[in-house]
Amino acid sequence: MTSTVVTITSGKGGVGKTTTTANLAVALAAAGNKCVCIDGDIGLRNLDVVLGLENRIVYDLVDVVEGRCRLRQAMIRDKRLPELYLIPAAQTRDKSAVSPSDMVNLCEELKSEVDWVLIDSPAGIERGFRNALAPADIALVVTNPEISAVRDADRIIGLIEAEQKGPARLVINRLNAEMIKRGDMLTSIDVVELLAIELVGLVPEDEAVIVSTNRGLPVALNEQSRAGQAFHNIAHRLMGEEVPFLDMEDKPDLLRRLSRIIRSGGA
Amino acid sequence: MPESNRVKIQIKGIKDGLLVTLGDGDWNDLQSEVLKHVEEKSSFFQGAKIVLDVGSREISASDLGTLRDRLADREVLLWACVSKSLLTERNSQMLGLATRLSPVAPEKDVGTPLESSMVSEGALLVQRTLRSGSKISFRGHVTVIGDVNPGAEIIAGGSIVVWGKLRGMVHAGADGDEAAVVCSIDLMPTQLRIAGRIAIPPKREEDPQPETASIKDNQVIAEPWIYK
Repeated sequence: MTSTVVTITSGKGGVGKTTTTANLAVALAAAGNKCVCIDGDIGLRNLDVVLGLENRIVYDLVDVVEGRCRLRQAMIRDKRLPELYLIPAAQTRDKSAVSPSDMVNLCEELKSEVDWVLIDSPAGIERGFRNALAPADIALVVTNPEISAVRDADRIIGLIEAEQKGPARLVINRLNAEMIKRGDMLTSIDVVELLAIELVGLVPEDEAVIVSTNRGLPVALNEQSRAGQAFHNIAHRLMGEEVPFLDMEDKPDLLRRLSRIIRSGGA
Repeated sequence: MPESNRVKIQIKGIKDGLLVTLGDGDWNDLQSEVLKHVEEKSSFFQGAKIVLDVGSREISASDLGTLRDRLADREVLLWACVSKSLLTERNSQMLGLATRLSPVAPEKDVGTPLESSMVSEGALLVQRTLRSGSKISFRGHVTVIGDVNPGAEIIAGGSIVVWGKLRGMVHAGADGDEAAVVCSIDLMPTQLRIAGRIAIPPKREEDPQPETASIKDNQVIAEPWIYK
């Protein structure tokens, strides 16, 4: 069994790292993988809330690192999916409670037990980011189609290359088809052209994401949601499958839209 | 004196923290020597800011990064690495370490005439895209094969050529050479400086074309590159 550590990072805050981590974990677990996600944002934990597991925390990442509990005890199993686990962050400590080599050791231990380890990196380029990146096999950079997020993504990609964890892979989150059509938003093509790394995901803006975050039900559990579908697609691409991108970033003209309706109706 | 007691590293206090100068020897030995010193005198080193002087040794970014992380495990901050090797200097910059110290920069050439310094230092070839946050400072000319993204900076004593898209900040002729030029296949920098002049290129609607920026009549002017 080969096991892969994926670090989800972005530089800028609020672009959807935690949402991406939670949903990728759900999608990977739904595809039959044993998957652990680790909240790397010590002091500002969120992943437990997004996954709806906040009330089940007993031990956290810092407890494991400082030897107050065994690894197994800090792994909270998600009851909705058989093979999904969370290692939450400590809320009462800060990033310096854990070192990059602690994270490497932790992931080495996890790798013998699970298929995928997902690490939710905190925003920024300091200690917390380096902790999250140290054990990574794959670095996934999440950005939004806006200049400031892309600028920070570019910086982060440079740092990932410097740490020899590259080439990073790109997820563009919160694409708004309407705004792109009006020419008011960067297109995925603009973003990929600047960042020049492999694109593995396009996630449309979807109100269902906010609703599901508030309820602690990741949107990937919702089969109706386009964003949820996009996260499943990313998971399958990480698993090495070829999955076509959801049609959203280009300007669909009437003919193409019609042909799509006909195609989907006929299938 | 027995082999093992030979002084391989020197530590002294400077204004910017502790200067650790590495002597001769294998990188791994020196690294463990540094860590040993730190551990033996942990109370002295705790919270210290370290500047590493590696002489002309060429060190990879990952080696430097590993040392930095190991020092961080021991509550010591590696914030700068000074070296005579361009490669090491560049790797340090990639990791976000400082490479110049204000008063104690080792053997800085002071007062070298500009012309001769440029001839002797020649040009620096950078064969990668410069991403946001990376910075190249060089006394001679700089050529980049790749893009210069917004948020990246190039400061050159001579001219700057970018074989790719130029979107970041560039300063050519930074030592005052008004004859320096900036050329790019797609010249749209955030800000362009030549010697003491600053220009902000206007928004452009038409397709990109190769251009050269230079000082003419006391102004920075960009002109299309015409094939003859």
